[in-house]
Amino acid sequence: MEIFNHNANFNFLGLRKYSIGLAILLMLGSIGLIVTKGFNYGQDFVGGVAVQVAYANPVDTNDVRQTLTKAGLENSLVQAMGGTREVTVRLQPKDDHDSAGLTGLSGDEAATKVSTDIMAALKSVRPDATMKSKSFVGPQVGEELRSDGIYAVIFVIVGIMGYLWIRFEKRFAIAALATEVHDVLVTLGIFAITQREFDLTVLASVLAVVGYSINDKVVVFDRVRELFRSSRNATPEEVLNRSINSTLSRTIITSLFTGITMAALFFFGGTAVHGFAITMLIGILVGTLSSIFVASPILLWLGVSKQDLMPRSKEDPALERRP
Amino acid sequence: MSDFPRWKYALVVIVLLVGIVYALPNVFPPQPAVQISGNRGAAVDASLKSKVEGLLATAKVPAVAVDVNEKDGRLLARFGNADQQAKASDALRVGLGDNYTVALNLASTVPSWLRSINANSMPLGLDLQGGVHFLMEVDQNAMIDSQETRYTDDIRSLLHDKGVQYDSVTRNARGQGVNIVLRTDADRQKAAGLIGSDYPDLLVNDAAAAGNGFALNAVVKPQKLRELGQSVITQNVTTLRQRVNQLGVSEPLIQQQGANQIIVDLAGVQDTAEAKKIIGAVASLQYRAGLYTPEQAMEAARSGSVPPDAKLYFGRDRRPYLLSKKVIASGDELVTATSGRDQQNGTPNVSVTLNASGARKMQEFTNDNVGKPMAVLYITRTLETKMVDGKEVKTPKITEEVINYANISGPFGKQFQTNGLPSDTEAAELALLLRGGSFAVPVDIVSESVIGPSLGADNIDKGFKAVMLGLGLVLLASAIYYKLFGLVADIALFFNLVLLVAVMSAIGVTLTMPGIAGIVLTLGMAIDANVLICERIREELRNGSSPLASIRTGYDKAWATILDANVTHLLAALGLMTMGSGPIKGFGVTLFIGILTSMFTSVTVTHAITALIHGGRKLKTLSV
Repeated sequence: MEIFNHNANFNFLGLRKYSIGLAILLMLGSIGLIVTKGFNYGQDFVGGVAVQVAYANPVDTNDVRQTLTKAGLENSLVQAMGGTREVTVRLQPKDDHDSAGLTGLSGDEAATKVSTDIMAALKSVRPDATMKSKSFVGPQVGEELRSDGIYAVIFVIVGIMGYLWIRFEKRFAIAALATEVHDVLVTLGIFAITQREFDLTVLASVLAVVGYSINDKVVVFDRVRELFRSSRNATPEEVLNRSINSTLSRTIITSLFTGITMAALFFFGGTAVHGFAITMLIGILVGTLSSIFVASPILLWLGVSKQDLMPRSKEDPALERRP
Repeated sequence: MSDFPRWKYALVVIVLLVGIVYALPNVFPPQPAVQISGNRGAAVDASLKSKVEGLLATAKVPAVAVDVNEKDGRLLARFGNADQQAKASDALRVGLGDNYTVALNLASTVPSWLRSINANSMPLGLDLQGGVHFLMEVDQNAMIDSQETRYTDDIRSLLHDKGVQYDSVTRNARGQGVNIVLRTDADRQKAAGLIGSDYPDLLVNDAAAAGNGFALNAVVKPQKLRELGQSVITQNVTTLRQRVNQLGVSEPLIQQQGANQIIVDLAGVQDTAEAKKIIGAVASLQYRAGLYTPEQAMEAARSGSVPPDAKLYFGRDRRPYLLSKKVIASGDELVTATSGRDQQNGTPNVSVTLNASGARKMQEFTNDNVGKPMAVLYITRTLETKMVDGKEVKTPKITEEVINYANISGPFGKQFQTNGLPSDTEAAELALLLRGGSFAVPVDIVSESVIGPSLGADNIDKGFKAVMLGLGLVLLASAIYYKLFGLVADIALFFNLVLLVAVMSAIGVTLTMPGIAGIVLTLGMAIDANVLICERIREELRNGSSPLASIRTGYDKAWATILDANVTHLLAALGLMTMGSGPIKGFGVTLFIGILTSMFTSVTVTHAITALIHGGRKLKTLSV
């Protein structure tokens, strides 16, 4: 079975002004959104108390929020957890006006009190509410996680650039980096616009997106290198176009296959992995499109040529020959 | 096919067989169980077994099996479900009393032949089995405060003892050390020399003169603070391990994270208040004079009549001691305690250093009491929360134990050794207890969570479904799209899951929800290598190569791409692994292992199968 015409020779590079223009627009838009709207940081990053509550009968998140406000628990964040019977309530201990004398308690003692207050308030209105889990994160923890996350992202980007620089050539490393930044920014932009919760799992999946998307680019780049070496008189534009076309079915099939598993995770894996699966799905889409439309035009603009790749052709022949 | 060597077939077969064996334990679900161990030498034997069986019969909770392991001093009662387990543990806890620790446990049902080759199932993370999680952090400020206050006192008494005239010795702002103002430059140099030689952990510098005095500034070296921080962590981790036993958790996870944090994961526990009571216990210690003879102490313990000047205490082995009511020195005056070996006779000992005030009192006492016994009393204070008339009332519960009792061989002050300890382990333990009871640097709980047991079971269920469904869908899609080669890739993908689980089990990776997400993602991406290979073979066929040549060139050309793509991907997984936090690390580890196993299964295993199917046959077409 084949979905794609193997003789297709679509002129992707001819679209480069539009595709790059759109990519830049998307990036700028994402930066704007991230700056103005910011992220809806999860408990992992901002700290506070979170209580997961299960109801025997369906419940509306607005009712839950109102119940809490009436009980003096302000600024609560109530989210439905994959259905109408489970909600997560998040709150900063300082917003609990019901409990006098929170001052003087250590962070975790205050948190225990707040979660008790939350459950008492909810149960007074809906006796069918039960607590499934609760957690408390101190403010200092989030800060550390954020800096850890930033270090991890930098480590990954520098590592990948270094590898591509050695195995390919510096223009490939730069093109990969630029596309990678695009993919991450657009994925984050979608998080900023939808205000989906941005927690530790999402941060991890952003890193996984980097891994996935670089995988995609490397496959195209590999073909670019191969075609440059084997073709005699083709212009760079022709080589790049042929590379994208001949890897197109692989790019899309792999994305579909990975997408299928992530969809399975999203629909059946439960709420704990929702954020992860949705980020991956967004990232796979963005990464696939940028591998086709963005990475190669950047290579062209950076002036990649046959000469850059020829001297390296004898490098490590043993490695090339391995099955 | 001639270009697939025989040794590679052998390698594939061996790796897959080993993989199956090591993945196998995960098929056996662990059983809810109750583990009983004896305290203070209480016997775990056949009579305990019959007692336990009796208690279970009265409570009407049938056990699946009750096994005694006399070598480890443990009894394990297995139950059909978590409900019975909970009921049984309540009944046993009441029935057996204080002499036994009753802990909830998940007993392995893995057959012994598998366990004998170290094949075990993956331990489950808290999010999959329920429990409480704490993240604790050492209060750095309090540690700096206690050190700087201590050195301020010590420097003052050092200068006083050596007759150096000074105007003032005061503590600066936190982290800025101690400021010493002297009258002459000569005094300043003398003081700097004295402090430098007595306290090598201080960095002494001339400071700007205040008024017409000559000032010195002594700062605790950052290296020393780091060492102290580390020792606080190690000490807390060790004492936490001992205390968590009381909570009835059979396999607690207590480990250091980063420079100053401790993770405590207690599976099966649901009551954070109870857990905090135990882990938040504060320990201190006191040096007291030992009075009367051991026989008199025995007598006092038996009759209950204690001489008016003494108080009756017990050692860890329940041996009675009569100690003076007066305290010689207390834990906050102890600077450090280290275990080692006596330089003269080579027996294990503990060296103790006291601060200035402690040293003075110790000197006074030992001058008059050579040859008499002195004891170390260890005091643990826990807060118990009780409900009285609907209100929470916190009452401290204090346990006192004699941890050391020895004769004074000669007068001493700041530094002394406790000799004659029976073993190195006992010396190390005593040193640890002494440190634990000395400078009490607060460790705060900065994060905590409770995961209900039903949520854990729910997560396992959903995770398993997601893995199976994700796998099934990819298997189907691949078989439809690439026909025979797709089926070969499917076999490889299935073995990839087996190998991934085998490696994770063999190195003992804790399975968590993010880990399961990592497995699903790995399955989705592992197929990529086969997509690359199949697309290449199709291309070669289109270019007019013969089927066998297409397979060969297809694998050859795809390999370079697969290698590049996977190395970059491995780098991303490595980045995830370096992120400190537990769940993310689990995801990164899974991804990392998954990429490695997928390179083997997607390339080598499929190549072996393909070669087996197509080798030695004259082919006109390929089913790809």
